[in-house]
Amino acid sequence: MTGGRARGPAVEPVIRLSSVAYTYRGPPPVHALKPTNLVICRGEHVAITGPSGSGKSTLLNLLGLLDKPTHGTLEIDGIDVGAAPERERAAVRAHRIGFVFQSFHLLPYRTSIENVMLAQVYADQPRRRRRAAAMAALAQVGLADRADALPTALSGGERQRVAIARALVNHPSLLMCDEPTGNLDTATTNELTDLLESLHREGATLVVITHNPAVAGRAQRQIAIRDGRLTGHPPDGDTRALPDA
Amino acid sequence: MGTPVRSLTRRRLRGDVPPSQLRLPDLGSEALAGLLQRPGRSALTLLGVMLGIGSFVTIVGIAQTASGQIGKQFNVLQATQAYVFDAGAAQSRTPAVDFPPDADALAGRIHGVVAAGVYWPVHFKQAGVSAYASGFLASQRALPVTAASPGLLAAAGVKLVSGTLFNQFHEAHAQNVAVLGESVAAGLGITSLEGQPAIFIDGQPFTVIGIVASSQRLPQLGVGVTVPESTALRLWGPPAQEQAQMLIHTTLGAAKVVAEQAPVAIRPDNPTLLKGAAAPSAAQLQRNVSTSLNTLFLILAGIALVVGAVGIANTTLVAVLERAGEIGLRRALGARPRHIGIQFLTESTALGLFGGLIGASLGVAAILAITIDRHWTALLDPRIVVAAPVAGAVVGLLAGLYPALRASVLEPADALRR
Repeated sequence: MTGGRARGPAVEPVIRLSSVAYTYRGPPPVHALKPTNLVICRGEHVAITGPSGSGKSTLLNLLGLLDKPTHGTLEIDGIDVGAAPERERAAVRAHRIGFVFQSFHLLPYRTSIENVMLAQVYADQPRRRRRAAAMAALAQVGLADRADALPTALSGGERQRVAIARALVNHPSLLMCDEPTGNLDTATTNELTDLLESLHREGATLVVITHNPAVAGRAQRQIAIRDGRLTGHPPDGDTRALPDA
Repeated sequence: MGTPVRSLTRRRLRGDVPPSQLRLPDLGSEALAGLLQRPGRSALTLLGVMLGIGSFVTIVGIAQTASGQIGKQFNVLQATQAYVFDAGAAQSRTPAVDFPPDADALAGRIHGVVAAGVYWPVHFKQAGVSAYASGFLASQRALPVTAASPGLLAAAGVKLVSGTLFNQFHEAHAQNVAVLGESVAAGLGITSLEGQPAIFIDGQPFTVIGIVASSQRLPQLGVGVTVPESTALRLWGPPAQEQAQMLIHTTLGAAKVVAEQAPVAIRPDNPTLLKGAAAPSAAQLQRNVSTSLNTLFLILAGIALVVGAVGIANTTLVAVLERAGEIGLRRALGARPRHIGIQFLTESTALGLFGGLIGASLGVAAILAITIDRHWTALLDPRIVVAAPVAGAVVGLLAGLYPALRASVLEPADALRR
């Protein structure tokens, strides 16, 4: 479990979980995530798979700093954020993590570019530069021409790409995708997976939670979770596959 | 576990992440966007505070107007009336008139004066008014005779029936002209001014140039004989028993100030000779009478305001529940609980503020409509107009406290699932 460090700065960890566990207080207490060690390095594309109720969402919430682990330490970019005050966790979310959700979570009354620009509010980007940066992010996902469209006028795939642009706009260390294709048909799923893959090739660190084997299969590394335990190969990052382009 | 190098790195990186922010311009635009998401609902929510603040402003304004107005109804003449007494003549032993001949004009220069004139009752030891008209002698012994400057006829508000009132010419040349009250003219047998009927006052011939019906402020003019001041002075000298005084018709509310300024304006050389006085105001009495009524209305307005506050609280709470996903998203994007709370608080405060602004405007409009309709003078303390939107904002702020708290403590993971 210390193998990641020995490889030096080229595989600098983005996420490091040490004995992280999450227990829902009862009664009866539910051990949603059993003590877990996990290292995800910069530039990795990791898929986390598992049936519903397996602890997938719990893991995502912990990795995305949306919830605090009840045990263990959680580091992002070397910052111990597991037990950090909310002020610090919010700062890390704003600057270091980009979220993509199954249900897109686009504000319905705002255009694509306005939805992207919402991420820049809390990251405290200067107002003058927001539009250009948001436009660049939309261009990155191939939606520059739909910048002024409302979500209602977009297809499901386009909506998710807007959400990805929003996740990318602050140049996060980590792109956290929660069932990104869960609401999309097969063809759109393929397009979106291609997009995620191309983002990965450009250097993004991706964590994709999915129960779609086709989506999971595109990842360099698959981690399976069952009954609150990581059971996939490799369970704790020991024999992590090297990135291959 | 960690090497010294790692722990150093850790510390450095910790400081590298600047805190997430919600700047004021962003707060403003996010809150506004939140309100405009559902403009219909926002408008309906405004309605409560709008009605509360609007009725509050209207009630206060109407109460203020009415308490001025009730006083005005009872004292419509006194409220616009001031006197200047000849204090110097009252104290001196020899009869005198301390008003200069051009007193009317001097008083007229004071701001707020509509008309002003000097008068005094003329008393005769044994005299009367008689007339030869229609070929027989009619005599009316006990008629009041008033010496008056031309300005007085205007200030007293006489109603001319026929002929004309005497003017500066008659005054300047001390003409023997007289204006009769309607009943006096009838009593003396003067039915028409054609042929220039004459009367005798204390044996002196006067030409009747006008007949007046009544006088609002000096009823004796309507039932007596009025002659130019200079003529009275020439024939009978200054008044010995009752001193001259000036009657001033002022604009509403100016009486007190005019009364203070008049002695100086008329006799700048010796203002102490004259003494100004405004008619006592009965407004204070009326104010006491209407206070209990105002209190009742204000309680009703307060209830409307509370209902408005409940409306805002309810709408904001519904919005918090409805926008849980948005709240979760904002948290995921780096918003801190306080950022979420302050946004909803700003939205509810803005609702209250807008409600207050519209309500205050409508209230003022309602006051104007009512007062114009009733020919009243609108009275409204400008502080009320300023305070009303502020009160609306405070109501919105208070109403938003609980929903904002609810929004800020929402767990992001839970919120995102909704």
